[in-house]
Amino acid sequence: MERSRLLSLAHLWAAFLCFLPAAFLGMWQLMMRSPLRVPLDDPNAYYASLTAHGSIMAYVFPTLFIMGFGYAITVSTLGRSLRGESWAWMGFFFCVVGGVMALVPIGFGRSSVLYTFYPPLVGSVWYYLGVALVIIGSYFWVALMLINFSAWKSDNPGKPVPLAMFAISACALLWGWTALGATCEVVFQILPVSLGLRHTIDAGLARTLFSVTLHAIVYFWLIPAYIAFYTLMPQAAGGRLYSDTMGRITFVLFLVFSIPVGMHHLFMDPEHGSGFKFVHSVLTFIVALPTLLTVFTIVASLEIAGRVRGGKGLLGWIRTLPWGEPMVLAVGLSLLLLAPGGFGGLINMSYGMNAMIHNTSWVTAHFHLIFGGAVVIMYFAIAYELWPRLNARPLVSKRAACLQLWLWFWGMLIMTLPWHAAGLMGQPRRYAIFDYSDPAVAKMASLDITSVVGGLILLFSVLVFFYVLFRSTFARPEESVSPIRYALAVNPSATVHPLLNGFVFWNVLLLALTLISYGYPIGQFFFLHNQDAPARSLSQEVLR
Amino acid sequence: MAEQLNNQIASGLIQEEIIERTERRWLYAMAIVLGLMLAVIVFTGVGQMMSPLSDVETINPATLHLKGEFVESNLGTAVEPDGSITVRFLAEQYTFVPPCAVVPASTLVRFRLTSPDVTHGFFVSTTNVNAMVVPGYITNVMARFNRPGDYVMPCDEYCGFGHHAMAARVRVVPQGQFKNLQPEQRITCGAQ
Repeated sequence: MERSRLLSLAHLWAAFLCFLPAAFLGMWQLMMRSPLRVPLDDPNAYYASLTAHGSIMAYVFPTLFIMGFGYAITVSTLGRSLRGESWAWMGFFFCVVGGVMALVPIGFGRSSVLYTFYPPLVGSVWYYLGVALVIIGSYFWVALMLINFSAWKSDNPGKPVPLAMFAISACALLWGWTALGATCEVVFQILPVSLGLRHTIDAGLARTLFSVTLHAIVYFWLIPAYIAFYTLMPQAAGGRLYSDTMGRITFVLFLVFSIPVGMHHLFMDPEHGSGFKFVHSVLTFIVALPTLLTVFTIVASLEIAGRVRGGKGLLGWIRTLPWGEPMVLAVGLSLLLLAPGGFGGLINMSYGMNAMIHNTSWVTAHFHLIFGGAVVIMYFAIAYELWPRLNARPLVSKRAACLQLWLWFWGMLIMTLPWHAAGLMGQPRRYAIFDYSDPAVAKMASLDITSVVGGLILLFSVLVFFYVLFRSTFARPEESVSPIRYALAVNPSATVHPLLNGFVFWNVLLLALTLISYGYPIGQFFFLHNQDAPARSLSQEVLR
Repeated sequence: MAEQLNNQIASGLIQEEIIERTERRWLYAMAIVLGLMLAVIVFTGVGQMMSPLSDVETINPATLHLKGEFVESNLGTAVEPDGSITVRFLAEQYTFVPPCAVVPASTLVRFRLTSPDVTHGFFVSTTNVNAMVVPGYITNVMARFNRPGDYVMPCDEYCGFGHHAMAARVRVVPQGQFKNLQPEQRITCGAQ
């Protein structure tokens, strides 16, 4: 038990220590895009910074965080030590080495291909090898989650797997399947070219393989936040979870439907017909369902807690909730961020409307609101929940933690709402600089400056977060450490339907759906001719 | 505090049947909402031709400047034998060729683009003309502009260090004015 605490702590520290510089880079990028004067005013540096910010925030930070949280869940829900702990350290080692290996060439401006790779642009081979190592490291974790899940199940036949463990296992499975897309792209297409073994690449196939990972990775990030919604928040609020079954259905739906929807990122691409684009559009609507179900169950759970604490009337229970508890406050703010983020997402996946905002700042605003806002605010809350248990020290202090969450909430809104507007006015994303002397661009100047203000608030929030972590790490140790407590359902059941206690059936369904939705779109590339494009080395371009 | 309260709550505070019933109602309500949205998409997609680009056509990026549809003399606005309008752009690091194209207002125009190097984006600002240009493939987009004027056409997909400097223009002129243009005047918007 003692050693597994160290394991989780190492993952979380590594995650947050790379989150910190990435946050500073993001701030600088906002300033570069604004009409303000900026230190190091260099577009090449901007694209390197954008690659670093994206690679850290999309791959390294969430992966390490989720791995650490997953180990903590395994030990605390199953009530026994982690099987295969030395393998877990091996996975950690791969992730850290891979992260460093990927970031060094970015720092030298040799891999400014953005975290989405964009072949036939080709950067330093070390960047791709580094990303591959991070994925390999995460596969150790995937295997360990499933091994611990299965071992407990066979030792406890007929008993329901605790909801948090069930959910993190779904998360691990989801990542295991979906990471195969980007892994195939890197291993079979990009690495051979960046090593000089091949000279051409099919950009259409590469984009399609990447889309297999690109959307489901969002649910890989999201599931830990939902685990906190379902299993940690009702406990912190002093209530009960409205329904355990709904939680299981939600996580299973995420597992099954988040992969066969990825091509909605390719609506505007020329390498696919509109038939399969439509199929993916429909399936994307289904993947909105688990979130809509979750909102109901979580608000109902909040209401139970509020009423138990004496809340009366239609909305009186909201006032009586313990908003000074970081976990409760974070869930409230997260739901508020999820609403505009989710509605924006419905527009993105709607076929015709997508054309208005495709590749504009609207999209950047959308995923910052959803991931940076609704999800990462829950990562903070989870860290506040775990820190006292992992360090055997109290959280210092809840007030500072709540202040940090409020700052994050307002900062994210102030940054992303003007961004949405600029996107609707036609501002492209991924631009290092804008010509504000152009009247059409000048109209967006005040929006971009407002976003910078939001960014500054976010950065301040990050500093408060680290202040709380450090204070809590060096606080006076507590005599007895209370374990992580998970919420009970209103009606806890001794048994659960076998389909909602395992993943075999759902894996088969997932594979069948993926085969139907991606079989032809990927298969067609092996029958097309002429489309291979010569690789363009980025390092040659730097020298030129 | 929280833990004490939790222990006070008895199991079965709310009956299982009530929970199941409310959840089922919510599920139906949400399914109806999503179904309606989907219906709108199908309706606008079929009824107003608002569907994404659909034809998959490949072209060899290494030889497209030597032969075929995208040789330099064939770029820009062309009036086809049947009277329809086709605009061809080559998107390359870090410019569009031609840098500006004239099209008639209130007319269905076909845009055809491809790239000899990396992935670019084709986006006519303030409109919903927006598509990816992927090397090896031909992007084929139909569009109609009702307001005459100059539209900025930035590359909206990252294509390398000069990405932010890559833009062209689409000049929409009234139909009568377009007819009076000489063929060479139609190809670009002149030196600007």
